[in-house]
Amino acid sequence: MSRRKSLSVLPGFRLSLSYTITWLALLLLLPLAACLMKAGSLSGEEFWKAVWTERTRAAYLLTFGVSLAAAVIDTLLGLLLAWVLVRYEFYGRRLMDSLIDLPFALPTAVAGLVYSNLYVKNGWLGQFLVPLGIQGAYSRLAIVLVLSFIGLPFVVRTVQPVLETIDADIEEAAACLGATRWQTFYRVILPALYPALLTGFTLTFARALGEYGSVVFVSGNMPFKTEIAPVLIVARLEEFAYAEATAIAVVLLAISFVLLGVINFLERWNQQRST
Amino acid sequence: MMPQKSTVASSTARHAASREDPVWVRVLLIGLAFLVIGVLIVIPVANVFYQAFRGGAGVYWKNLVSDPDTRHSIFLTLTVAPVAVALNVVFGVAAAWLITRFKFPGRTFLTTLLDLPFAISPVVAGLMFMLMFGLQGYMGPWLRDHGIKIVFAYPGLVLVTAFVTMPFIARELIPVMDAIGSDEEIAAVSLGANGWQTFWRITIPNIKWGLLYGVILCNARAMGEFGAVHVVSGHISGQTDTMPLRVEKLFQEYNNPGSFAVASVLTALAIVTLFLKIWLEHKTSHELAEARDVGVT
Repeated sequence: MSRRKSLSVLPGFRLSLSYTITWLALLLLLPLAACLMKAGSLSGEEFWKAVWTERTRAAYLLTFGVSLAAAVIDTLLGLLLAWVLVRYEFYGRRLMDSLIDLPFALPTAVAGLVYSNLYVKNGWLGQFLVPLGIQGAYSRLAIVLVLSFIGLPFVVRTVQPVLETIDADIEEAAACLGATRWQTFYRVILPALYPALLTGFTLTFARALGEYGSVVFVSGNMPFKTEIAPVLIVARLEEFAYAEATAIAVVLLAISFVLLGVINFLERWNQQRST
Repeated sequence: MMPQKSTVASSTARHAASREDPVWVRVLLIGLAFLVIGVLIVIPVANVFYQAFRGGAGVYWKNLVSDPDTRHSIFLTLTVAPVAVALNVVFGVAAAWLITRFKFPGRTFLTTLLDLPFAISPVVAGLMFMLMFGLQGYMGPWLRDHGIKIVFAYPGLVLVTAFVTMPFIARELIPVMDAIGSDEEIAAVSLGANGWQTFWRITIPNIKWGLLYGVILCNARAMGEFGAVHVVSGHISGQTDTMPLRVEKLFQEYNNPGSFAVASVLTALAIVTLFLKIWLEHKTSHELAEARDVGVT
């Protein structure tokens, strides 16, 4: 109560409010409105024709599929890395902890460039994988690989703090009651991590859905085969088909807003569980 | 602080036996973790520098500076990113001040709105600005008549970069300013300081490391932004190609050494960012710990 009263003592409410609102309106809401207006200029039938062709369907399906695959891979790898970093002491742990953030700092174009180079026939990794029939460049696998790189930090960074706060008593109790180490992990620790894992999964998935910079290098961008939805938008723009591009963009926007809602909900759930 | 820490340590020692995994599990998992980091992160980074320096340092240097278009792309990135970051510093501080120091209807909604640019695909972000300011966009004809170029020019690059990196600084500052609280600022105001004095003498010194942390992250993303910039740049070599776009163009021209030379500079910047980040994480945790100590006493 005193907090609320004292808060109003500080100056700058009007200034910061008007500045924030103006900036958001100019940079965020106005362009967003332009996007919806442009899509609205199409009739229902035209809109449907733009967003639902064989080529766009293939692109949505691929975008969804590779993002899902990358998010699943990153959830498993993220759990492994978070576990190792929190629970074990070993040489190079701090270095590993810092390196995990590299995908956040590295420009996506660089990631795309180097991943396309590593997995071609005479690349560092491709020279072993291509003879085995594993095409890690210019294929769907290539997209999954580079998206897994881009999203790697999300799960680690959401699971790590939760894992750190799990009470040792619970594990000891489980052990005292005769649970094996695996049972303790599976029945006690893992359920406590579900909200964090799910949050990390959703963040990775959302990031992968919109990713463009890295994918455009590694995928080869073949329509029906390795063309993701953002690439399709750029292709439409280059044909100056603005309305069609916008229609596809609106579909992507709708998906990202739904995911944003899910992420917000999960984060609140996560906080409730951890308090 | 100290006694609490020692009890934690002794309790972990007590429970250590029941929390310990078998040695073979530990070795296996640590080995797997190193494998993952090695394949996904270390090998790619090493490959960037290997490919860039493949022809020797002389060729590397030539690739980087003797091509005027590459030179211009470096110049452009170094001029676009700081301006976008500066715009976001002002916005981020204003938004954080608003959200952490006042209660008003719509505050939660505003906080969600701040995160929106993270959820929007960069390509869609670029498209939105094309629809606003492009020649076929809503303001296009008016801008053309008044001789103002936004899209396919420097202002457009700054605008989309600022858009894509909008949440970074506000997101970093809000938890820091929440944790520090407003007691010191209220004290300053009640002792007669005006708003700006309070802000410059109390708030800024309190949040400086958190702010710098946000600036570092924001700058890394601003320099590396590709999708949104790709849409609004128009790809005019030597004019509107930033470094990431230059990487793409050289790659498409099958100039791999040139492409990797530019990529190596961006990678080096990413590594510097990582180091700065680690250093600042120590600083900000001190900042927060101090704030908590003040709160306790």
